[in-house]
Amino acid sequence: MLNFIQQLINGLSLGAIYALIALGYTMVYGIIKLINFAHGDIMMVGAYVGFFSITLLGTNVWVAMLFAMLTCAVLGIIIEKVAYKPLRNSTRIAALITAIGVSFFLEYIMVFLLGATQRVYPADAFPTQTYHFSGLLMTNKDIFVIASAVFLMIILQLFIKKTRTGKAMRAVSLDQDAASLMGINVNHIISVTFAIGSALAAAAGVMYGVFYGTINPLMGMVPGIKAFVAAVLGGIGIIPGAMAGGFLLGILETMVSGYGNSLFRDAAAYGVLILILLIKPTGLFGEKSGEKI
Amino acid sequence: MKKSFKRKAISLLTTALLLGSLAGCGNGETSTEDGGTNTATSGETIKIGLNMELSGDTASYGSNARDGAMLAINELNAAGGVLGMQIEPIERDNKSDAAEAATLSAALIGEEIAVQVGPLTSGCVNASIPVLSEAGIPIVAPAATAANITVDPDTNEVRPYVFRVCFIDPFQGTLMAQFALDSGYTTAAIYKDTSSDYSQGLAESFKTTFEAGGGTIVAEEGFTSGDRDFRATLNKIKGTNPEFLYVPGYYQEVAPLIKQAREAGITIPMGGGDGWDSPDTLSVAGADALNNCFFTNHYSSEDADEKVVAFVTAYKAAYNDKTPDAFAALGYDAIMAVASAIESAGSADPQAITDALASLTDFEGVTGTMTMDEQHNPIKAGVIIEYVDGAQVMNTRIEP
Repeated sequence: MLNFIQQLINGLSLGAIYALIALGYTMVYGIIKLINFAHGDIMMVGAYVGFFSITLLGTNVWVAMLFAMLTCAVLGIIIEKVAYKPLRNSTRIAALITAIGVSFFLEYIMVFLLGATQRVYPADAFPTQTYHFSGLLMTNKDIFVIASAVFLMIILQLFIKKTRTGKAMRAVSLDQDAASLMGINVNHIISVTFAIGSALAAAAGVMYGVFYGTINPLMGMVPGIKAFVAAVLGGIGIIPGAMAGGFLLGILETMVSGYGNSLFRDAAAYGVLILILLIKPTGLFGEKSGEKI
Repeated sequence: MKKSFKRKAISLLTTALLLGSLAGCGNGETSTEDGGTNTATSGETIKIGLNMELSGDTASYGSNARDGAMLAINELNAAGGVLGMQIEPIERDNKSDAAEAATLSAALIGEEIAVQVGPLTSGCVNASIPVLSEAGIPIVAPAATAANITVDPDTNEVRPYVFRVCFIDPFQGTLMAQFALDSGYTTAAIYKDTSSDYSQGLAESFKTTFEAGGGTIVAEEGFTSGDRDFRATLNKIKGTNPEFLYVPGYYQEVAPLIKQAREAGITIPMGGGDGWDSPDTLSVAGADALNNCFFTNHYSSEDADEKVVAFVTAYKAAYNDKTPDAFAALGYDAIMAVASAIESAGSADPQAITDALASLTDFEGVTGTMTMDEQHNPIKAGVIIEYVDGAQVMNTRIEP
């Protein structure tokens, strides 16, 4: 039992990172029905901005995270304006392929600029402390990752439910044309969505760096795909679904490694994607509708 | 008209510059050849081709091995050469490129080398093999550890002209298992990288040796390269209570793995192979986590063995107090093994050298005493390196 709870803690901190990335996927999908495959790479850029903020500017982790979030928010807006906006009225497959192109562009521009070798996140920026609770082990990094993820999710939820912009976002997500007729600046709302999603990914990137110690230009690929699975699992386009999906996927992976065979971990994650698409394509939190992919 | 003249002038200038730089290269090479203490009196020399990675991705391997090899050649020449003949190194840079390595080997054959030493990486060695074997010139690879270098993977036949002076990868598993048994551990867990042949090979030989020595493998788990979260599996391994954890893998995964293992309360000794050897291991895992961690390697500059001490002293004296790494030591041993083969053959004929290398017995190198086995892999010792408060310390030398 003790071991089970220990594994649950491990799963939660892994899932928190998935959940933060999944939020960006799901928000963008909710607004413009685009699977933004470059999202994992924005997380990577965020991790690098955080890295340079700590090493070059000597800031602490919190400032580095803020810095990364701001930079990536701007990056997200630029990517949308340059790559996706011209294709807004094209087929969805055209936009999807462009997203994959942007993903490769970000990865290899970083390889070109900074080299493909990994960089070590400065360990003294966030010294590890281990806490013992009657046989359970928890590090301050677990708490850091889970708490910041939950905090950012609450802020996001409040923003979407309570502010005018949030209301506008919901309106655009429901019906773009109608929202536009009601006087909502759709372009502006799409930019805001990309900014917020990218900022959350950047936060996840800095957490990843702090948590696992190293970053490299291709680090965004696997977490990006896993977060996509998480978003679909919860119901793509549904914000609480992305959070739940992220945590569930993290816990599932941990349990498969911990109690089954460590080699089936990824198979289980992708197996869940196939299962959910077969049984309930709208995701765990999705409502019945035949339209969504 | 004027414009085209300008263009011509520019292209002429460029050509001149290019030629100039080429000539510069040539000069550079001759000067290194002359750099040796050249006391040749007789006209006859033994030409050894040094086909090495002096620039490109793996330039540090090649240049260190070249320095080691040149030290050996200078020592031999100063002592009167081999069979009374001076050794003439012909040094070429393969730019860490396999195709370039093959081209250079062809060129070296044209220069009538008796034997080629290098390249360092398995890929470049593999590319050099066909052309050299065709010409019947032996090749001694200082540090190519891939199993398929000396044995043709298609026919499973030993390649007659290919030798190496390093042990092959899986042998490191045997050494670490021996070390764990010698330390009195009877249960061990293996956590390997299932996406890498290197890791699989080490794990397999560790298991075989450990079980043959009376030990039990209580858990065998896997990760794939690129993984960063190992906590779930580590907790599972912890539950099986092993006395030793073997983690053959590369530092990218091993460093966070060690850190997470210590954070999960796994305090037992952990062991691995030379894939651990990177400064990143220390900066990611941290000095505390690395205490009680061991890995196998070809050689340690801290070895108290008198041959090693003599080598390190001579190397430091020759190269600005630089500490020789494993590549330098293996480069040195490759030349010395060739010299020993020439002496025992009594001839510097390529075929005679080949035969003598195949029957090399008890050759005393810096990296251990070697006897060539029938697959042209040396049976030799390895060292166990231990992390002590962040420093790599030589723990012991394991004789197979």
